[in-house]
Amino acid sequence: MSKALRQIAFYGKGGIGKSTTSQNTLAALAELGQRILIVGCDPKADSTRLILHAKAQNTVLHLAAEAGSVEDLELEDVLKVGYRDIKCTESGGPEPGVGCAGRGVITAINFLEENGAYEDVDYVSYDVLGDVVCGGFAMPIRENKAQEIYIVMSGEMMALYAANNISRGILKYANSGGVRLGGLICNERQTDRELDLADAMAKRLGSKLIHFVPRANIVQHAELRRMTVIEYAPESEQAEEYRQLARKIHANSGQGVIPTPITMDELEEMLMDFGIMKTEEQQLAELAAKEAKLAVNA
Amino acid sequence: MSLAEDMKPVDPKDLIAEVLEAYPEKSAKKRAKHLNVIAEGASDCGVKSNVKSLPGVMTVRGCAYAGSKGVVWGPIKDMVHISHGPVGCGHYSWAGRRNYYVGATGIDTFGTMQFTTDFQEKDIVFGGDKKLAKTIDEINELFPLARGTSVQSECPVGLIGDDIEAVSRKKADEHGKPVVPVRCEGFRGVSQSLGHHIANDVIRDWIIDKVDPSNETAWESTPYDVTIIGDYNIGGDAWSSRILIEEIGLRVIAQWSGDGTLAELENTPRAKVNLIHCYRSMNYIARHMEEKFGIPWHEYNFFGPSQIAASLRKIAALFDETIQAKAEAVIAKYTALSEAVIAKYKPRLAGKKVMLYVGGLRSRHTVDAYHDLGMEVVGTGYEFAHNDDYQRTAQHVKEGTLIYDDVTAYEFEKFAEAIRPDLVASGIKEKYVFQKMGLPFRQMHSWDYSGPYHGYDGFAIFARDMDMAINNPVWKLTQAPWETAAPVADAAE
Repeated sequence: MSKALRQIAFYGKGGIGKSTTSQNTLAALAELGQRILIVGCDPKADSTRLILHAKAQNTVLHLAAEAGSVEDLELEDVLKVGYRDIKCTESGGPEPGVGCAGRGVITAINFLEENGAYEDVDYVSYDVLGDVVCGGFAMPIRENKAQEIYIVMSGEMMALYAANNISRGILKYANSGGVRLGGLICNERQTDRELDLADAMAKRLGSKLIHFVPRANIVQHAELRRMTVIEYAPESEQAEEYRQLARKIHANSGQGVIPTPITMDELEEMLMDFGIMKTEEQQLAELAAKEAKLAVNA
Repeated sequence: MSLAEDMKPVDPKDLIAEVLEAYPEKSAKKRAKHLNVIAEGASDCGVKSNVKSLPGVMTVRGCAYAGSKGVVWGPIKDMVHISHGPVGCGHYSWAGRRNYYVGATGIDTFGTMQFTTDFQEKDIVFGGDKKLAKTIDEINELFPLARGTSVQSECPVGLIGDDIEAVSRKKADEHGKPVVPVRCEGFRGVSQSLGHHIANDVIRDWIIDKVDPSNETAWESTPYDVTIIGDYNIGGDAWSSRILIEEIGLRVIAQWSGDGTLAELENTPRAKVNLIHCYRSMNYIARHMEEKFGIPWHEYNFFGPSQIAASLRKIAALFDETIQAKAEAVIAKYTALSEAVIAKYKPRLAGKKVMLYVGGLRSRHTVDAYHDLGMEVVGTGYEFAHNDDYQRTAQHVKEGTLIYDDVTAYEFEKFAEAIRPDLVASGIKEKYVFQKMGLPFRQMHSWDYSGPYHGYDGFAIFARDMDMAINNPVWKLTQAPWETAAPVADAAE
């Protein structure tokens, strides 16, 4: 293996489409001949279903719990091969409300590394839940793990909050571990001035908008069949979008930056500039207008 | 020792200033509040206490788990105490306290056994509740005579948020015996002191408040029913105390918690008076029983004949003349013994200077025992005391006594170097430091594997042990190399 292993991670607000975007992009990278390992870091274990065409695979942690400890596991037990030979693992974790999912991610990643899961691949991709809520979910951005982080976001306020928060997590480890923000991927939600806003947000974070993925129903059609668009409708326009994204990520090696997260005030100011968030005066004016209208109707 | 002889007496105020100079400004400012010199007629020691130790210093404090499992709950002998979490906390504190008990270990008493849920990685990730439930089941199968179980939480339990209360309730129902969850995770609080408080609160909520003291069916009450609270029976301390309380005509219905049982905890709300030895670790439960059941509580001190006599009279005064007469008879009976002890040891110990540093009680309670032997306490301090402890200390120590709260290793060494006491009386972590400095040392947590020190019997042992340490001929055999070298002209500066 002459090429250096590239380790990337997808972060972003819960429900933003991280798993869908990452699996489609990775499928497109596989088309380019890249050998890929997906490490799902979410107790829901849904980071690999489109590649494996299966609901959920056995996770590292569940198998470890059954066997006694991770030392009792073999790599083959947890590594499944799917579309275009993409290797898939899921860290798994506890049921909601018990234990420590963060520790689970740490355990699972250590196990995979120690057992050679990272050998003979060109890409390792981590798909991480929601936000960098604790040390465990920051594991993929620590030393010797993902070098580039791609934040999946949209023009929605909470997605932007999350993107900023994740950037803070990256900044924390950027100097000690060398992790960089690869860029923002906007998953279109058809909010107002979404492209402009995503672009502005990327610039504020000192980064760039890698790709704007338009909304398309075909993604859902493919998902219902537990497939990526690349596999389900390789000729579709949407498949081409994911291919473009894949090519951009592939060309983005070493282009990551140390992000410059902004304060809450700055973020809110930006949202007001874009009309996503209203100023207090605006809100009061609208409320007054509404009440006036109600009074007229009554 | 020539060094001690050459030394001029130090002004403790100057000494504090000198010691503080070594710290960075911010630390010096903070530590200054914990160090003081007793002023004439002071009613308080004038130090700050029960706050976080400074980062970077060496403190000898413990943690909340130590306060609950090690001190309050651990000695309850007929219950199994589970160290819930990874193996280390339970294993390395295993039998670390000398709380003696009688009973058949592994049959109906479990004090010297170690029980742990031994957390593995998967218990952290998936939660330890299931393992805890299984452990309680196994304990009941292996040790059917255990009267109950306590769950002593280690740090990870608090981090992952296990619902140990739910498990405890369920298992208590299933096995028909108390299972008490104690949230004494080590990271809580600034020392073991919060662990005592948490443990007291759990006894309140899960034991005491479930008892109806008006239910007199099981045993008959008498007007002379008292309890011993806050005696951990180190080396048999509670036993040598109990005989005196019984000799004056009172009936001890519970010992907390040295050689104590679950039944005794449950008996306690029927006491007429709760007698408190270690105020710091158990005042909470005494106050609760005063509020809820109207049971008065009184502190006493069974170290050294003068305090023992004063305490016996104080306790007797709470009862009728019969008890008071008996108390006088008991004091008279033991006077010959304590006089003989003093006659033997005072000539060997008189004028010897002591520096004390103990946990939350003995730093004041043992002072008069040293005074009874003609010794002088020149410095004292506590690991985890609160303001009310320092208020209770001032009356026992003389003007000019150095007071150090949560003393750092550096401060303690510097103080001892300058004061050059004849005895340092503290814990295992301090012992070898001072012995290497050529200073006689006695452990005041474990009684150096001796004891008991409580009561008249204990005083005889106490006096012997202090003499053994101070007048040990070994100290005459130590000689610094420079003392044998030929005198150099400019050595006497």
